[in-house]
Amino acid sequence: MNATRAFLRATDIACRRGERLLFARLSLAVEAGEALHLAGANGIGKSSLMRILAGLMRPFAGEVEREGAMALLDERPALDTHLPLGRALDFWREVDATPAGRLDTVLTEVGLHDLLDVPVRYLSTGQRKRAALARTIAQGSPVWLLDEPLNGLDTASVAVVEKLVAQHCADGGLCVLASHQPVAVPGLKRLELAEFVL
Amino acid sequence: MIWAILKRDVVLLLGGGRRGGALLPILFFLAVAMLYPFAVGPDGQLLARTGGGVVWVAALLAAILPLDRLVEPDLEAGFFDQWALRGLAEEWICAVRILAHWLCFAVPLMLATPIAAVLLGLSGEQLLTLELGLLAGTPGLAALGVAVAAVTAGLRGGAALAGLLILPLAVPLLIFGAGSLSTGGEGGLALTGAASLVLVALSPFAAGAALRAARE
Repeated sequence: MNATRAFLRATDIACRRGERLLFARLSLAVEAGEALHLAGANGIGKSSLMRILAGLMRPFAGEVEREGAMALLDERPALDTHLPLGRALDFWREVDATPAGRLDTVLTEVGLHDLLDVPVRYLSTGQRKRAALARTIAQGSPVWLLDEPLNGLDTASVAVVEKLVAQHCADGGLCVLASHQPVAVPGLKRLELAEFVL
Repeated sequence: MIWAILKRDVVLLLGGGRRGGALLPILFFLAVAMLYPFAVGPDGQLLARTGGGVVWVAALLAAILPLDRLVEPDLEAGFFDQWALRGLAEEWICAVRILAHWLCFAVPLMLATPIAAVLLGLSGEQLLTLELGLLAGTPGLAALGVAVAAVTAGLRGGAALAGLLILPLAVPLLIFGAGSLSTGGEGGLALTGAASLVLVALSPFAAGAALRAARE
Protein backbone atom coordinates (compact mmCIF):
# COMPACT_ATOMS: atom_id res chain seq x y z
CA MET A 1 0.00 0.00 0.00
CA ASN A 2 2.43 2.68 1.17
CA ALA A 3 6.19 2.57 0.90
CA THR A 4 6.58 3.19 4.62
CA ARG A 5 4.57 0.89 6.82
CA ALA A 6 1.65 2.50 8.55
CA PHE A 7 1.37 2.46 12.33
CA LEU A 8 -0.52 4.18 15.10
CA ARG A 9 0.94 4.40 18.59
CA ALA A 10 -0.38 6.22 21.60
CA THR A 11 1.57 6.54 24.84
CA ASP A 12 0.09 7.35 28.22
CA ILE A 13 -2.74 9.44 26.90
CA ALA A 14 -5.43 10.99 29.05
CA CYS A 15 -8.59 12.66 27.89
CA ARG A 16 -10.55 15.34 29.63
CA ARG A 17 -13.96 16.58 28.55
CA GLY A 18 -15.04 19.63 30.47
CA GLU A 19 -14.26 18.95 34.13
CA ARG A 20 -14.32 15.19 33.77
CA LEU A 21 -11.27 13.00 33.23
CA LEU A 22 -12.63 10.28 30.95
CA PHE A 23 -9.61 7.96 30.95
CA ALA A 24 -5.90 8.14 31.69
CA ARG A 25 -2.62 6.25 31.21
CA LEU A 26 -3.89 4.59 28.08
CA SER A 27 -1.30 3.22 25.69
CA LEU A 28 -1.90 1.34 22.49
CA ALA A 29 0.00 0.34 19.41
CA VAL A 30 -1.43 -0.85 16.15
CA GLU A 31 0.96 -1.91 13.40
CA ALA A 32 0.30 -2.49 9.72
CA GLY A 33 -1.84 -5.55 9.19
CA GLU A 34 -3.46 -5.37 12.61
CA ALA A 35 -6.93 -4.43 13.75
CA LEU A 36 -7.92 -3.19 17.18
CA HIS A 37 -11.37 -3.17 18.70
CA LEU A 38 -11.99 -0.37 21.22
CA ALA A 39 -14.73 -1.68 23.45
CA GLY A 40 -16.71 0.01 26.14
CA ALA A 41 -20.10 1.28 27.17
CA ASN A 42 -21.70 4.46 25.79
CA GLY A 43 -20.09 7.66 26.98
CA ILE A 44 -16.90 6.03 28.17
CA GLY A 45 -14.84 8.03 25.70
CA LYS A 46 -14.50 5.83 22.63
CA SER A 47 -15.29 8.66 20.23
CA SER A 48 -12.99 11.07 22.07
CA LEU A 49 -10.17 8.53 21.83
CA MET A 50 -10.92 8.15 18.12
CA ARG A 51 -10.68 11.90 17.62
CA ILE A 52 -7.41 12.00 19.57
CA LEU A 53 -6.00 9.19 17.43
CA ALA A 54 -7.15 11.05 14.31
CA GLY A 55 -5.38 14.20 15.48
CA LEU A 56 -8.60 16.19 15.59
CA MET A 57 -8.36 16.64 19.35
CA ARG A 58 -5.35 17.15 21.58
CA PRO A 59 -5.01 14.65 24.40
CA PHE A 60 -4.98 16.11 27.91
CA ALA A 61 -1.71 14.26 28.45
CA GLY A 62 0.43 11.88 26.44
CA GLU A 63 1.44 11.55 22.83
CA VAL A 64 0.21 10.00 19.64
CA GLU A 65 2.56 8.94 16.84
CA ARG A 66 1.17 8.06 13.47
CA GLU A 67 2.38 7.07 10.05
CA GLY A 68 0.24 6.83 6.95
CA ALA A 69 -2.81 8.69 5.69
CA MET A 70 -5.93 8.30 7.79
CA ALA A 71 -9.56 7.79 6.93
CA LEU A 72 -12.19 8.44 9.58
CA LEU A 73 -15.76 7.23 9.76
CA ASP A 74 -17.85 8.74 12.51
CA GLU A 75 -21.52 9.47 13.09
CA ARG A 76 -21.50 12.28 10.53
CA PRO A 77 -21.37 11.00 6.95
CA ALA A 78 -20.00 14.29 5.50
CA LEU A 79 -22.16 13.85 2.41
CA ASP A 80 -24.39 16.58 1.01
CA THR A 81 -27.84 15.40 2.00
CA HIS A 82 -29.74 17.13 -0.81
CA LEU A 83 -27.62 15.56 -3.56
CA PRO A 84 -28.08 12.12 -5.08
CA LEU A 85 -25.72 9.66 -3.43
CA GLY A 86 -23.60 9.30 -6.56
CA ARG A 87 -22.92 13.02 -6.82
CA ALA A 88 -22.34 13.42 -3.09
CA LEU A 89 -19.69 10.70 -3.26
CA ASP A 90 -18.26 12.20 -6.45
CA PHE A 91 -17.17 15.24 -4.46
CA TRP A 92 -14.92 13.13 -2.24
CA ARG A 93 -13.77 11.11 -5.24
CA GLU A 94 -12.50 14.35 -6.76
CA VAL A 95 -10.95 15.57 -3.50
CA ASP A 96 -9.21 12.25 -2.90
CA ALA A 97 -8.38 11.73 -6.58
CA THR A 98 -9.74 8.20 -6.27
CA PRO A 99 -9.23 6.03 -9.37
CA ALA A 100 -12.56 5.78 -11.24
CA GLY A 101 -13.03 2.05 -10.80
CA ARG A 102 -12.27 1.97 -7.09
CA LEU A 103 -15.42 3.74 -5.92
CA ASP A 104 -17.56 1.45 -8.10
CA THR A 105 -15.95 -1.63 -6.59
CA VAL A 106 -16.46 -0.33 -3.07
CA LEU A 107 -20.08 0.59 -3.77
CA THR A 108 -20.79 -2.88 -5.08
CA GLU A 109 -19.18 -4.40 -2.00
CA VAL A 110 -21.33 -2.40 0.41
CA GLY A 111 -24.41 -2.95 -1.76
CA LEU A 112 -25.22 0.64 -2.68
CA HIS A 113 -24.85 0.41 -6.42
CA ASP A 114 -28.58 0.64 -7.08
CA LEU A 115 -29.08 3.71 -4.89
CA LEU A 116 -26.78 6.19 -6.65
CA ASP A 117 -29.72 8.29 -7.90
CA VAL A 118 -31.40 8.55 -4.51
CA PRO A 119 -30.80 11.79 -2.56
CA VAL A 120 -28.79 11.13 0.58
CA ARG A 121 -31.54 12.47 2.81
CA TYR A 122 -33.92 9.70 1.65
CA LEU A 123 -31.49 6.95 2.63
CA SER A 124 -32.15 4.92 5.75
CA THR A 125 -29.80 5.00 8.74
CA GLY A 126 -28.06 1.83 7.67
CA GLN A 127 -27.78 2.89 4.04
CA ARG A 128 -26.32 6.22 5.11
CA LYS A 129 -23.80 4.41 7.31
CA ARG A 130 -22.79 2.23 4.39
CA ALA A 131 -22.49 5.33 2.16
CA ALA A 132 -20.14 6.91 4.68
CA LEU A 133 -18.24 3.64 4.84
CA ALA A 134 -17.89 3.65 1.06
CA ARG A 135 -16.50 7.19 1.24
CA THR A 136 -14.03 6.14 3.94
CA ILE A 137 -12.84 3.03 2.13
CA ALA A 138 -12.64 4.64 -1.32
CA GLN A 139 -10.24 7.19 0.15
CA GLY A 140 -7.59 4.47 -0.09
CA SER A 141 -5.80 5.33 3.15
CA PRO A 142 -3.77 2.68 5.00
CA VAL A 143 -5.14 3.73 8.40
CA TRP A 144 -8.84 3.24 9.02
CA LEU A 145 -10.48 4.78 12.07
CA LEU A 146 -14.03 3.46 12.26
CA ASP A 147 -16.16 4.91 15.03
CA GLU A 148 -19.25 2.72 15.58
CA PRO A 149 -19.29 1.43 11.99
CA LEU A 150 -21.90 -1.20 12.85
CA ASN A 151 -24.55 1.17 14.20
CA GLY A 152 -27.80 0.78 12.33
CA LEU A 153 -26.52 -2.04 10.13
CA ASP A 154 -28.39 -5.30 9.57
CA THR A 155 -26.67 -8.65 10.14
CA ALA A 156 -25.71 -9.06 6.50
CA SER A 157 -24.10 -5.63 6.38
CA VAL A 158 -22.23 -6.28 9.64
CA ALA A 159 -20.69 -9.33 8.00
CA VAL A 160 -19.70 -7.20 4.99
CA VAL A 161 -17.95 -4.67 7.23
CA GLU A 162 -16.11 -7.43 9.09
CA LYS A 163 -15.01 -8.92 5.78
CA LEU A 164 -13.81 -5.53 4.49
CA VAL A 165 -11.78 -4.88 7.66
CA ALA A 166 -10.18 -8.33 7.46
CA GLN A 167 -9.37 -7.76 3.78
CA HIS A 168 -7.88 -4.34 4.53
CA CYS A 169 -5.60 -5.78 7.22
CA ALA A 170 -4.56 -8.65 4.96
CA ASP A 171 -3.56 -6.02 2.39
CA GLY A 172 -1.24 -4.38 4.91
CA GLY A 173 -3.55 -1.70 6.22
CA LEU A 174 -4.47 -1.14 9.83
CA CYS A 175 -7.80 -0.49 11.45
CA VAL A 176 -9.01 0.83 14.77
CA LEU A 177 -12.65 0.10 15.29
CA ALA A 178 -14.73 1.45 18.14
CA SER A 179 -17.93 -0.39 18.89
CA HIS A 180 -20.04 -1.43 21.82
CA GLN A 181 -21.11 -4.48 19.84
CA PRO A 182 -19.10 -7.68 19.39
CA VAL A 183 -17.04 -7.70 16.20
CA ALA A 184 -15.76 -10.82 14.50
CA VAL A 185 -12.56 -10.22 12.59
CA PRO A 186 -9.75 -12.80 12.57
CA GLY A 187 -6.81 -11.69 14.72
CA LEU A 188 -8.70 -8.75 16.16
CA LYS A 189 -7.09 -7.31 19.28
CA ARG A 190 -9.36 -5.88 21.92
CA LEU A 191 -8.93 -2.96 24.27
CA GLU A 192 -11.41 -2.44 27.09
CA LEU A 193 -11.63 1.27 27.73
CA ALA A 194 -13.16 0.60 31.15
CA GLU A 195 -9.73 -0.52 32.41
CA PHE A 196 -8.38 3.00 32.02
CA VAL A 197 -11.19 4.87 33.70
CA LEU A 198 -10.08 6.33 37.02
CA MET B 1 -8.51 19.19 -4.90
CA ILE B 2 -8.97 22.89 -4.13
CA TRP B 3 -10.83 23.23 -7.40
CA ALA B 4 -13.32 20.55 -6.39
CA ILE B 5 -13.93 22.30 -3.08
CA LEU B 6 -14.42 25.69 -4.74
CA LYS B 7 -16.85 24.14 -7.21
CA ARG B 8 -18.87 22.57 -4.40
CA ASP B 9 -18.87 25.81 -2.38
CA VAL B 10 -20.13 27.85 -5.31
CA VAL B 11 -22.86 25.35 -6.20
CA LEU B 12 -24.02 25.20 -2.57
CA LEU B 13 -24.00 28.96 -2.03
CA LEU B 14 -25.62 29.76 -5.37
CA GLY B 15 -28.21 27.04 -5.39
CA GLY B 16 -31.53 27.27 -3.66
CA GLY B 17 -32.88 24.32 -1.78
CA ARG B 18 -32.75 24.14 1.96
CA ARG B 19 -29.78 26.45 2.27
CA GLY B 20 -31.58 29.50 0.87
CA GLY B 21 -29.61 30.43 -2.24
CA ALA B 22 -27.98 33.59 -3.50
CA LEU B 23 -31.17 35.21 -4.74
CA LEU B 24 -32.60 36.11 -1.35
CA PRO B 25 -29.97 38.68 -0.26
CA ILE B 26 -30.21 40.36 -3.66
CA LEU B 27 -33.99 40.66 -3.47
CA PHE B 28 -33.61 42.06 0.04
CA PHE B 29 -31.05 44.56 -1.24
CA LEU B 30 -33.39 45.71 -4.03
CA ALA B 31 -36.33 45.87 -1.64
CA VAL B 32 -34.44 48.32 0.59
CA ALA B 33 -33.52 50.46 -2.44
CA MET B 34 -37.17 50.41 -3.49
CA LEU B 35 -38.54 51.26 -0.03
CA TYR B 36 -36.25 54.20 0.62
CA PRO B 37 -37.93 56.61 -1.85
CA PHE B 38 -41.31 55.63 -0.38
CA ALA B 39 -40.08 56.57 3.07
CA VAL B 40 -38.36 59.91 2.34
CA GLY B 41 -40.58 61.11 -0.49
CA PRO B 42 -39.98 61.68 -4.19
CA ASP B 43 -37.48 64.53 -3.80
CA GLY B 44 -35.04 63.79 -6.63
CA GLN B 45 -32.20 65.89 -5.28
CA LEU B 46 -32.40 64.39 -1.80
CA LEU B 47 -32.53 60.88 -3.24
CA ALA B 48 -29.54 61.50 -5.49
CA ARG B 49 -27.56 62.95 -2.60
CA THR B 50 -28.29 60.18 -0.09
CA GLY B 51 -29.01 57.24 -2.42
CA GLY B 52 -25.41 56.04 -2.64
CA GLY B 53 -25.19 55.74 1.13
CA VAL B 54 -28.45 53.81 1.21
CA VAL B 55 -27.05 51.34 -1.33
CA TRP B 56 -24.05 50.78 0.93
CA VAL B 57 -26.19 50.23 4.01
CA ALA B 58 -28.47 47.88 2.06
CA ALA B 59 -25.45 45.94 0.82
CA LEU B 60 -24.16 45.61 4.38
CA LEU B 61 -27.50 44.37 5.67
CA ALA B 62 -27.86 41.95 2.77
CA ALA B 63 -24.45 40.54 3.67
CA ILE B 64 -25.88 39.32 6.98
CA LEU B 65 -28.44 37.03 5.37
CA PRO B 66 -26.13 34.28 4.08
CA LEU B 67 -23.95 34.18 7.23
CA ASP B 68 -25.62 31.20 8.91
CA ARG B 69 -25.07 28.90 5.95
CA LEU B 70 -21.45 29.82 5.25
CA VAL B 71 -19.79 27.51 7.78
CA GLU B 72 -22.27 25.96 10.19
CA PRO B 73 -23.89 23.29 7.94
CA ASP B 74 -20.51 21.91 6.84
CA LEU B 75 -19.20 21.92 10.38
CA GLU B 76 -22.21 19.96 11.56
CA ALA B 77 -22.04 17.46 8.71
CA GLY B 78 -18.38 16.73 9.51
CA PHE B 79 -16.85 18.16 6.34
CA PHE B 80 -14.26 20.23 8.16
CA ASP B 81 -13.00 17.21 10.11
CA GLN B 82 -12.72 15.21 6.90
CA TRP B 83 -10.70 17.99 5.25
CA ALA B 84 -8.46 18.26 8.30
CA LEU B 85 -7.83 14.52 8.13
CA ARG B 86 -6.64 14.92 4.57
CA GLY B 87 -4.11 17.48 5.69
CA LEU B 88 -5.97 20.45 4.21
CA ALA B 89 -5.43 23.47 6.43
CA GLU B 90 -8.56 25.22 7.66
CA GLU B 91 -7.03 28.44 6.38
CA TRP B 92 -7.11 27.14 2.81
CA ILE B 93 -10.67 25.95 3.12
CA CYS B 94 -11.71 29.34 4.50
CA ALA B 95 -9.83 31.24 1.80
CA VAL B 96 -11.63 29.17 -0.83
CA ARG B 97 -14.93 29.81 0.91
CA ILE B 98 -14.28 33.57 0.95
CA LEU B 99 -13.77 33.47 -2.80
CA ALA B 100 -16.93 31.39 -3.27
CA HIS B 101 -18.94 33.67 -1.02
CA TRP B 102 -17.69 36.71 -2.91
CA LEU B 103 -18.63 35.16 -6.25
CA CYS B 104 -22.11 34.21 -5.06
CA PHE B 105 -22.89 37.33 -3.06
CA ALA B 106 -20.91 40.30 -4.32
CA VAL B 107 -21.08 39.66 -8.05
CA PRO B 108 -24.91 39.42 -8.12
CA LEU B 109 -25.00 42.45 -5.82
CA MET B 110 -22.94 44.51 -8.24
CA LEU B 111 -25.16 43.33 -11.08
CA ALA B 112 -28.22 44.47 -9.12
CA THR B 113 -26.73 47.83 -8.22
CA PRO B 114 -27.67 49.57 -11.53
CA ILE B 115 -31.30 48.65 -10.82
CA ALA B 116 -31.01 50.12 -7.32
CA ALA B 117 -29.37 53.23 -8.83
CA VAL B 118 -32.34 53.75 -11.13
CA LEU B 119 -34.76 53.35 -8.22
CA LEU B 120 -32.83 55.98 -6.26
CA GLY B 121 -32.29 58.34 -9.19
CA LEU B 122 -28.48 58.21 -9.12
CA SER B 123 -26.48 59.67 -11.98
CA GLY B 124 -24.24 57.59 -14.21
CA GLU B 125 -21.16 59.07 -12.60
CA GLN B 126 -22.40 58.19 -9.12
CA LEU B 127 -23.22 54.68 -10.28
CA LEU B 128 -19.69 54.22 -11.55
CA THR B 129 -18.17 55.37 -8.24
CA LEU B 130 -20.63 53.13 -6.41
CA GLU B 131 -19.73 50.07 -8.48
CA LEU B 132 -16.00 50.71 -8.08
CA GLY B 133 -16.51 51.17 -4.35
CA LEU B 134 -18.43 47.89 -4.11
CA LEU B 135 -15.76 46.15 -6.17
CA ALA B 136 -13.15 47.41 -3.70
CA GLY B 137 -15.19 46.79 -0.57
CA THR B 138 -17.07 43.53 -1.09
CA PRO B 139 -14.01 41.22 -0.91
CA GLY B 140 -13.46 42.55 2.61
CA LEU B 141 -17.12 42.10 3.40
CA ALA B 142 -17.02 38.49 2.15
CA ALA B 143 -13.89 37.77 4.19
CA LEU B 144 -15.45 39.27 7.27
CA GLY B 145 -18.58 37.19 6.69
CA VAL B 146 -16.67 33.91 6.59
CA ALA B 147 -14.59 34.80 9.66
CA VAL B 148 -17.66 35.81 11.68
CA ALA B 149 -19.56 32.73 10.51
CA ALA B 150 -16.66 30.53 11.63
CA VAL B 151 -16.47 32.19 15.03
CA THR B 152 -20.20 31.85 15.67
CA ALA B 153 -20.67 28.38 14.12
CA GLY B 154 -22.09 25.93 16.60
CA LEU B 155 -23.17 28.58 19.09
CA ARG B 156 -26.77 28.80 20.14
CA GLY B 157 -28.26 31.90 18.52
CA GLY B 158 -25.13 32.06 16.38
CA ALA B 159 -26.93 33.55 13.38
CA ALA B 160 -28.19 36.59 15.30
CA LEU B 161 -24.84 37.02 17.00
CA ALA B 162 -23.07 36.89 13.64
CA GLY B 163 -25.16 39.77 12.36
CA LEU B 164 -24.40 41.77 15.43
CA LEU B 165 -20.66 41.05 15.15
CA ILE B 166 -20.22 41.82 11.48
CA LEU B 167 -21.86 45.25 11.47
CA PRO B 168 -19.37 47.15 13.69
CA LEU B 169 -16.45 45.37 12.01
CA ALA B 170 -17.70 46.51 8.60
CA VAL B 171 -17.89 50.17 9.62
CA PRO B 172 -14.52 51.14 8.04
CA LEU B 173 -15.66 49.71 4.69
CA LEU B 174 -18.91 51.63 4.97
CA ILE B 175 -17.24 54.93 5.88
CA PHE B 176 -14.64 54.78 3.12
CA GLY B 177 -16.97 53.25 0.56
CA ALA B 178 -19.88 55.61 1.08
CA GLY B 179 -17.44 58.47 1.65
CA SER B 180 -15.96 58.02 -1.81
CA LEU B 181 -19.39 59.02 -3.18
CA SER B 182 -19.56 62.44 -1.56
CA THR B 183 -15.95 63.37 -2.25
CA GLY B 184 -16.13 61.75 -5.66
CA GLY B 185 -12.47 61.06 -5.10
CA GLU B 186 -10.16 58.15 -5.68
CA GLY B 187 -8.91 58.52 -2.11
CA GLY B 188 -12.04 56.94 -0.71
CA LEU B 189 -11.87 54.06 -3.14
CA ALA B 190 -8.23 53.44 -2.33
CA LEU B 191 -8.96 53.38 1.40
CA THR B 192 -11.91 51.02 0.83
CA GLY B 193 -9.62 48.73 -1.12
CA ALA B 194 -6.96 48.92 1.57
CA ALA B 195 -9.39 48.07 4.38
CA SER B 196 -10.76 45.28 2.21
CA LEU B 197 -7.30 43.82 1.55
CA VAL B 198 -6.44 43.79 5.24
CA LEU B 199 -9.64 41.87 5.96
CA VAL B 200 -9.04 39.41 3.12
CA ALA B 201 -5.50 38.79 4.36
CA LEU B 202 -6.43 38.27 8.01
CA SER B 203 -9.80 36.54 7.83
CA PRO B 204 -8.70 33.07 6.66
CA PHE B 205 -6.37 32.83 9.67
CA ALA B 206 -9.00 34.08 12.09
CA ALA B 207 -11.59 31.70 10.67
CA GLY B 208 -9.16 28.76 10.68
CA ALA B 209 -8.17 29.38 14.28
CA ALA B 210 -11.84 29.61 15.27
CA LEU B 211 -12.64 26.29 13.61
CA ARG B 212 -9.73 24.53 15.30
CA ALA B 213 -10.66 25.99 18.67
CA ALA B 214 -14.22 24.74 18.22
CA ARG B 215 -12.93 21.14 17.99
CA GLU B 216 -11.52 21.07 21.50
